[in-house]
This record gives sequence, C-alpha cells and structure tokens, in this order.
Amino acid sequence: MLEIPVIRWGKPYESLETTEVVHFNTGETIAQVGSANGGLLTRDMRKANKAREILRQFSCEDLISKVAKAADLFEQETLPLGSGTQTPDEFVVHQSASTGLPEHMCRSNMQKNCFVMRNMNEILQCLTRGLDLDILTRGYGMESRGVVVSYQAQTPVLGAVLPSNSPGVHTLWLPVIPLQMGLVLKPGSSEPWTAYRVASAFEKAGIPPEVISLYPGGHDVGAALMTSCPRSMIFGSQKTIDQYAGNPKVQVHGPGFSKIFLGDDCVDDWEQYLDIMVESVYINGGRSCINCSGIFASRHTKEIAAAIAERLGPIDALPPGDPNSGLAAFTTEGVGKAIVSMVEQDLKADGVTDCTAQYGDRLVEAERCSYIRPIVAHAASPECEIASKEFMFPFVTVVECPQDKMLKAAGSTLVGTAITSDSAWIDQLTDATTIDRLNIGPIPTNRLNWLQPHEGNLIDFLFRSRAYQMPPEKVAELTA
Amino acid sequence: MSTQIDLESAVKQARERLDEHTYNVVQRHFHESTGCPFWLGKKAEMNFDPLTEVKCYDDLKKFPLFEDDWLRGGPVERWRMKDHAERPTYVFETGGTTGLPKSRVVVEDHWKDYEIFSDTLPDEYFPRGSNWLMLGPSGPRRLRLAVEHLAQYRAGICFCIDLDPRWVVKLIKKGWMEHLEEYKKHCIDQAVSILTAGHNVKCMFGTPKLIESLCEGLEERGTSLAEVGITGIFSGGTEFTPQWTRYCVEELFGGPPEESGIFMTPTYGNTLMGLACSKPVTAEEKYKISYYAPQPRACTEVVSFDDHHSVVGFGETGRVKLTTLTPEFFVPGFLERDEGEREMPFEKFPWDGVSGVRPFHEIASSTTVGVY
Repeated sequence: MLEIPVIRWGKPYESLETTEVVHFNTGETIAQVGSANGGLLTRDMRKANKAREILRQFSCEDLISKVAKAADLFEQETLPLGSGTQTPDEFVVHQSASTGLPEHMCRSNMQKNCFVMRNMNEILQCLTRGLDLDILTRGYGMESRGVVVSYQAQTPVLGAVLPSNSPGVHTLWLPVIPLQMGLVLKPGSSEPWTAYRVASAFEKAGIPPEVISLYPGGHDVGAALMTSCPRSMIFGSQKTIDQYAGNPKVQVHGPGFSKIFLGDDCVDDWEQYLDIMVESVYINGGRSCINCSGIFASRHTKEIAAAIAERLGPIDALPPGDPNSGLAAFTTEGVGKAIVSMVEQDLKADGVTDCTAQYGDRLVEAERCSYIRPIVAHAASPECEIASKEFMFPFVTVVECPQDKMLKAAGSTLVGTAITSDSAWIDQLTDATTIDRLNIGPIPTNRLNWLQPHEGNLIDFLFRSRAYQMPPEKVAELTA
Repeated sequence: MSTQIDLESAVKQARERLDEHTYNVVQRHFHESTGCPFWLGKKAEMNFDPLTEVKCYDDLKKFPLFEDDWLRGGPVERWRMKDHAERPTYVFETGGTTGLPKSRVVVEDHWKDYEIFSDTLPDEYFPRGSNWLMLGPSGPRRLRLAVEHLAQYRAGICFCIDLDPRWVVKLIKKGWMEHLEEYKKHCIDQAVSILTAGHNVKCMFGTPKLIESLCEGLEERGTSLAEVGITGIFSGGTEFTPQWTRYCVEELFGGPPEESGIFMTPTYGNTLMGLACSKPVTAEEKYKISYYAPQPRACTEVVSFDDHHSVVGFGETGRVKLTTLTPEFFVPGFLERDEGEREMPFEKFPWDGVSGVRPFHEIASSTTVGVY
C-alpha cells in the first residue's frame, strides 16, 4: 500500500493524520494519504514569493520545454509516488479504482493532460495573444507593434482546490508553472493521483520541486487555501459557484449546463446531427461540465429525444476495466439512489416525458457502488424544471422552444453548440453573455480546442494589464 | 511489578471513592430538604427510589439517559438546589445560535472545577501571580468566568476579549467567510492589544483556531508568543488533534516547552461537565491526547455505540458518555456528541480516560464544531 505524504514546497511532510483511498469495488485500501491542517498551508504561504523567484530564474521557453518533457514522463515512465512508485498503467488503475471512472476514460484524460503539456507553447501563445513571454517575466516590455506594455503578476502562486470525481479538469492549472508561478494544490480526497504524478513528472523534467506544494486534507485546508492564495481556482457545485461569484481572487468551476441549440434552418435535418448530440451527452460518462445536458429545438424534439434514447437507453454498467464501459460508478453510498430519486421527481412533472423508461431500471446497485444508466427526457417547454438540470451521469433534456426564446430560456451555458447558418441568430448568440464557449456549427460540446480560453482567460486571471510609461531613451533601450 | 500493584491499588481506591461520592451526591439531589425541583419531580416518575436503591456508581444505570433538552427554557429555578436558594447564583448557557439555549445554574461548581484543574498546572509555566488572557467566548459562558476565577485563584488578574460565538456560527452557516475572517481578526486585534500593553500576561486560555490566529497575528507584527511573554496555555476543543498539536508545538511555538519556553495543555470539557485534563502530550507519543475527567465530580466513559451501558475495551472506539456528580448538578449519564478511544488509568489519574476525541461519526456532518 502506498503512503502519500503532504508536500510542502517540494519537501515531504509526514502528517500524524491520514485518510485512506479505497477501491470502490473491492474496498481494498490503495493508499494512505497524509492530511494537512489549514494552518500548515497558511504558514507555508508566507514563502510563496520564493516559488516565483525560483521560477523566474528559468525562461518561460525553458519551462515550456521542461513541461513538454514532463508530458512524456507522465505518460510513459514509472515515477516516484510517496513511499513507492507508480507506472502509467498503475496510474490508470488507481484513478479508476478510486473515482469510479472506467479505465479507458482515465487513459483518455491522461492523454488530454499530456496534450496540454506538450502543446504549452501554442496554448500560451493563444492565451496571451502572441505576447513575448519575457514581458510576463519582467513585468513590462515592448510589444511587436511598438508599444510599451505591462503585465503585472497578481500572485506568486496559483492555489487550486481540486475535485474528487472529475479527473479531466487538471488541464486548467497545468500552464501555471511555465508562467513562472508556483502551484499550491489541495488534491481531491479520491483523486490524489494526477496532482502527485504531475508534480513528480515536473520534478524529473527539471522543474525545481520547491515551487509546488500538495496539501491533501479536510475542508479547513480548502478554506485556508482560498483565503491565503491571492489567486485560486475551485471546483464544486452550484453552491460553491454562488459563494465565490464576483470574487476576483477566485475562479470557480462547477456545473456547466452545456447545451446544443438547433436552429430553425437546420432542425429538419436533425438526424444528421444525432451522433454529435449523443457524443456530447455520453462521453466521459456524462460527468464533465462540458457534457451536454440540454438540447433546444423548436420542432422535432420528440423524435430527437426518442432517437437519443434509442442509442443511450440500452447502455448498461460494465466493469471499469472493460473498454466498452461508458458509465462511471458513484462510489459514495446512497448517492446514486438519491440522484435517481431527484430525477424521477422532475420526470413526473406536467409536460415531461421519460424517453428512456422503456429501457429498464436506471439505477444499478452493486455491493459497494452504484451506476445510473443514461436518462433522456423530453420537455414540452423550457419552463419545466428538468430543462435546467444537470447531473453527473449521461443525462439530457430535449426542450421544445421557439428559436427566438432559446437564449433567454437556456440561461447560463458553459459550452453552447449552435447548429445554424442563420447569420442574424449567430450575431445574437455571439453577443449572449450567458454563453461562455460558443461553437457555431456541428461541434460536440465536449470537443474543446485547447488553444481557446476556458471559463475565463488564465492570463487575465493571473496578470493585470496596466499602464507603464517610460522616457523615450528607455524605450529605445528596450527596442535595441 | 510494584508499580503495577500500586496502580491497581490506586484504581481500586479511586473506584471506592467514586462509589461513596455517588451515594452522597444522589442522597443530596433526591432528598426533599436539598434536591432541586427538577430531580424531585423526576423522582416521582421513576420506578425506583434513588435514595435507597443507588448505593454505588454502577447503580446510576438505573436512571434513564440525561437529555440536554431538559436544560432548555424556564423556569431556570427548577435546577436550583433547595439549600442554595439564598445563595448568589449564576446561569451559564450553551448553544443558542438558533432557538433556546441550554442553561445551567451554578453557585460555585465552576470555581471548584477550576481550582482542581489549577492544581494540575505546572508553576514553572503558569507562574502564580502572573496575569492571564482569556482568548475565548464572552457572554453567558461558563468558560469566561471560570478562567477569570482560575487566574484569581492563582493570584493573577484576567484580561478578556469580546467574542460572540453565536454570531460566529451564524457567519459559518450563512457562508459569510470574509466576515468570519474579519471577525477573527477583530478578536485577535483585541488580544494583541492586551499582550503588547505591558500587563505582565504570562498565561492564557485559547482555542486551537484562536491560538493559531494569535501566533500568526503576532508574527505579522514582527513578534511572537514567547516574545510577548506567554509561557503557559490551556486550551480545549474537539479540533484539538495530534496533528494540530504537533504543528502548534513545532511550528507556532518553535519547539517543546524546554526549547520554546511555552507549555500547552489540552483540556476537554463543556458546561455540563467542567473540564478534563490531559496526560502530558509529547512528541515521543506522537502528540497523542488522552483526557481524564475530574473524578469523582465527573466521569467519562467510552461506551459501545449500540449499548450505552457497556464500556468498550481499552483502545477500542466508542461514544463518550458523561456523568456529572457535584453537590449542585446531577447528570446520570449523558451521551456526548463525541466519540473516541478508551484509555488506561495511570498514576496521576487512576481511572479511565479517553483519547482521539472527535465528533460522533453519525452526527459529525451536521455539527458545527470549533467555531471560535
């Protein structure tokens, strides 16, 4: 059994308290993880400036190449992990065993992380809109168009309270080290694996370990992180989002309520887009914020819902090692049952049809976990409660709604795919501030282009663009 | 071998003392001339006579479990012993963020409890005649007056801060974490003002969260607990974990007492019981914290989750059951909101102790602990 310590600026710290990471299916203890206390983190944050100082001794380019090297190590090498080591295959098995996600999905998330690490240069070029990265290092410089600009770092480190159930989100904090900022991470209680393995790969790739801290622990650790890091991100529920709304120090990632909008000009050809709709709902076990939970169209909605139900309804729970396994397990006792009860309540409402009812029971209860088979609902209008719901399994409501009412009815949408060529409507969609990522055309909601910002530009979050004036001779020095 | 025999003999003597004390206390609480209206009223509902059928501690099992809801609402005089009717009386409250708080009337129990506790404090770190800081809840709390009495009993003067724990609970429930942080700073500012004003404060009470914040606050001002003169701290709360203690001793204080000059003793208690002392906490024992109630005035037992009459084996986990047996207050078995492991008696406290105290797992998620 692995013993995984708290890491304080690269140094292992053996806590007197530990928690067990348990295999969801067998109950076997996979690892014992040290628990930090909030004070420990707060205290360590006094040395946070050191992380940026150390990283500024490297150029961003150098760090980008080290991160690319780390991608290979993360993907292919046996890396140190606490009291032992971990091969890439063990990583996949461990992550699946503690999160309930099928192994092939863990592997795919691993690839996603590697992709981001390998393509860091392009990603940062896009996020900074082609800025010379030395400007971020120095804090000021001359842009290619001959203007002095300044980007002031707002923090020496990024803190992140990571989730337990969505191993796909780690791509969001990976660009931080090449931006010469340290990382202060609170790994999820069931998913310490990615954060520790990335840290291990970074170290082996030549990134000084003193720039990363890992504090597994309870709620007090999360609270301490959010309070003491000048910039942090947190992953959580709608309640978490509401709690930190408007807090410039915090970037919140929660439910996505991602949607597909079928325009009146394309909806009669809906069958052409069935694969896109099914993939958007079903991929990654329906667990991501980028999974589609609502499909809006003005007509054919019953046929669309029935067709999606025909594809998703028969899908059953399979063992996590099965390459065809498409559903993730709920590893906390009673959660699967509670969620199904909530959906059933919504399905009973007037105007709502359960389109997967004919495909058998949705709840599959195993000895130590449960699964929820896909649910497809049809809502006669967006007023139905179920039209604004999102759950962590393949779930979608096909909503009948006139095109001119869709934007208002859809509400907050992380990824909106609009299948239309109606230029006037495209203009409205473009202007809609309720949609974060907008896809125009038949693009599944889950297919993210990593060269685009996600839920706010990380550069804007970590740096502040400000006025910086200097005498002409100093400007000349810069351009020389 | 002789030490073992000595301990066995001490355990036996302590038990005999507890049995005798139990008999006397029950006589007092159920006699018409001395008992309070509440217990005399309950006596009428019981199917046994406490005056004749309770002869030892084990006989307390005949009583139903004490329900703390009995302490809510008035008239509070129903808890006043008949022979205390003319004596100055305090009322202390616990809870009360929403709804009615629980009230306990006290004449001198809090003084006695803290005088007994005082005898366990090492004079080296809690010098007699030095002043105290009470960094804990103010308002209708027993703790505030008890700490003040402790200071006075040790010939010192106690400085206090304003701290309303009910407002703190409301801030947490509302999710107003920024306000919570500001309120904490407000409390720490008061403490720092006292400690840096030249009042010869050497001893203090503090909860783990406040001690941590105080140390941070002092460091931010370029000083430390040791520099402002603190040598002895007594603290309490269920968040008093071995890991936190280690962090506190090693990183906030700068080492064990012999290196840092600061001695901290954890305690466990509440308004119903008084306070239990801790066995000395050391790095060698991995900062394990074991509490021992001030027997015979109060007893803690670790009982089975399924059967509150059955004490678990040494080292085994169970729920903390509390019994209070003072001349003023009688609690014949109350299931605390905590669980822990049963600890062996030792020379200083030859009766059962409890370690690893934490919120009872079945209600832990619904309880707001360690609010100040």
